[in-house]
Amino acid sequence: MVVDKMPNMPVDMDDFRPATEEEKAYMVQMRPSSTFFKDGCRRLFKNKVAFVSMIVIILITISAIFLPMVWPYSYEQQLGVQPGKPVDSSYNNLAPMEYSKSEQARIDAGESVFPHIFGTDAAGRDYFIRVVYGTRISLAVGFFASIIVLVVGMTLGSIAGFMGGRVDMVIMRIVDVIYSLPDMLMVILLASVMRETLGSALEGTVLAAIGSNIISLFVIFALLYWCSMARLIRGQILSLREQEYVLAAEATGAKAGWIIKKHLIPNCISVIIISTALQIPSAIFTESFLSFLGLGVNAPMPSLGSLASEALNGISSYSYRLVIPALVISLIVLGLNLFGDGLRDAFDPKLNQ
Amino acid sequence: MDSKTVSYILKRIVMAVFTLWAVITITFFVMKAVPGDPFASEKAVTPAARAALEAKYGLDKPLFEQYLNYLSGAIHFDFGPSLKQRGRDVTAIIMDGMKTSAKIGIIALIVATVSGILFGAVAALKRNSIIDRIIMVMTTAFVSMPSFIMGSLLLILFSIQLGWLPANGAAEGGLILPIITLALYPMSYITRLTRSSMLDVLGQDYIRTAKAKGVSQRDVLLHHALKNSLIPVITYFGPELAYIVTGSLVVEQIFAVPGIGRAFVNSITGRDYTLIMGTTVVLASLIVIMNLVSDILYKVVDPRITLE
Repeated sequence: MVVDKMPNMPVDMDDFRPATEEEKAYMVQMRPSSTFFKDGCRRLFKNKVAFVSMIVIILITISAIFLPMVWPYSYEQQLGVQPGKPVDSSYNNLAPMEYSKSEQARIDAGESVFPHIFGTDAAGRDYFIRVVYGTRISLAVGFFASIIVLVVGMTLGSIAGFMGGRVDMVIMRIVDVIYSLPDMLMVILLASVMRETLGSALEGTVLAAIGSNIISLFVIFALLYWCSMARLIRGQILSLREQEYVLAAEATGAKAGWIIKKHLIPNCISVIIISTALQIPSAIFTESFLSFLGLGVNAPMPSLGSLASEALNGISSYSYRLVIPALVISLIVLGLNLFGDGLRDAFDPKLNQ
Repeated sequence: MDSKTVSYILKRIVMAVFTLWAVITITFFVMKAVPGDPFASEKAVTPAARAALEAKYGLDKPLFEQYLNYLSGAIHFDFGPSLKQRGRDVTAIIMDGMKTSAKIGIIALIVATVSGILFGAVAALKRNSIIDRIIMVMTTAFVSMPSFIMGSLLLILFSIQLGWLPANGAAEGGLILPIITLALYPMSYITRLTRSSMLDVLGQDYIRTAKAKGVSQRDVLLHHALKNSLIPVITYFGPELAYIVTGSLVVEQIFAVPGIGRAFVNSITGRDYTLIMGTTVVLASLIVIMNLVSDILYKVVDPRITLE
């Protein structure tokens, strides 16, 4: 029956002719082979929000690094205090773009004086450069704190994941306990104690230049914030070892080095980078919070939090001094968060379900 | 409740007690690590007077005995006398500050939860509309603003520029701004939480079934959608309280509210170690207990959830 019907089917014999060279060329679409990284970047640049926040963050970072080098004023220089001269208090509390008496005199004499864009603070320091320098400190603290968290978390997490058994159990119980501690209170407690303890211990060493408060901040991050990173990395190691594609690679005779290079690292690295990137804004958050309570950077070094905290004293007459660092912190934290989210969407589609 | 739930709850309680013990122990030993002694600031303390002081505060005993004394004191809510405020017990100072702080905290908690759920539900129902967009932009901005910045900006806007509300927390109506400051962040968080879980629930089969059976839109929302989409909000109660407690530290500082947060911050700057220890333990216990309650509630409310 079936065979009977066959001849009735409309068959166009043209379809069975061998393809000509042009037809072949038309069918083959040449596309440059795309790597994981390129794919991710393409997705990242397509995401407008993430792209814009990346630009903002890059601009802020570049100006925080390079502006202090070319700026005519420094963050700690009290402009009214010059050796051999009486203190010129007309430098203190200048409004934005205002000049002190001696500067005004120099301008009237035809000299050009670099303007104080945001005015000066109560001690006669150029406020713009203090904000820029504070941004630099805040960004640096956020960045290095995240690196510390990454190193500690990666070490302990991979030890727990690879060793398994009792070692794993002990590390994970420690993680559980630290996780359930109220982190902010513990941070405040440790910060307030450590600045006393570290101050004398650091004296005379290189670290003293950074200041005991920042060092204690780093120690706190190393002590308390590695948990989620350790959990993440342990989980990654445990689950990746069981994946079918790893088994398949082993079955086809792949060597351990190849599996690590081609399968484990690409699958793990994006998650690690993303959570490190998302750690930066939370570290900046913590630093500014502590600085606001007076537990942050050592004076006269500014950070965005300590600038805001100082500005609180003169809030009714000089409210812009609080608004400026506040806006910068919010911009940085918002930008980093949105960029981190964009990174996650671009490089780890699995997480975004 | 089946036996599994009961054993989970018991496990959770043991864990919470252990955490509390860890907090007390860490606080004690960290404070003991501070160099110098609490009486260093006193003017010319004679050795005899120092010995008398140490005996009075029990500092002459071996470290482990001091620790046991402190532990039993903490259990009985007795943290000894304040080192800087003469003649006052830490417990009395804490209770004093708690009156104001609890008022602010509880009102902020309620305001944040209720308005967060409301905004979240509205945003989910009017998905992609202009209202949804506005709510999402606002909440994103609030979530990335540290509490001290939010407080300062509100202070500048409403007290200094507009003059509507007093800047001092002790004045009449002075607690309104601190409450708003504390509530904005958790409110935004709950809004986002409710919105996403509501969108999730609205796509479920049982909602379609209910609609197909002719249940009115109002009943579908109130009885089927809202109830289930509020489950994730319960898990946020613990972190929410933790946020409000830590937020109150700076907010009370900004608005000069005479609460426990300000006492804590002042104790840090004034190096009043017994007060630091006492407030840390009390605030930490609050957070740990709230985490415990919200975890247990989560489990009891939704039987589908299986926890190890």
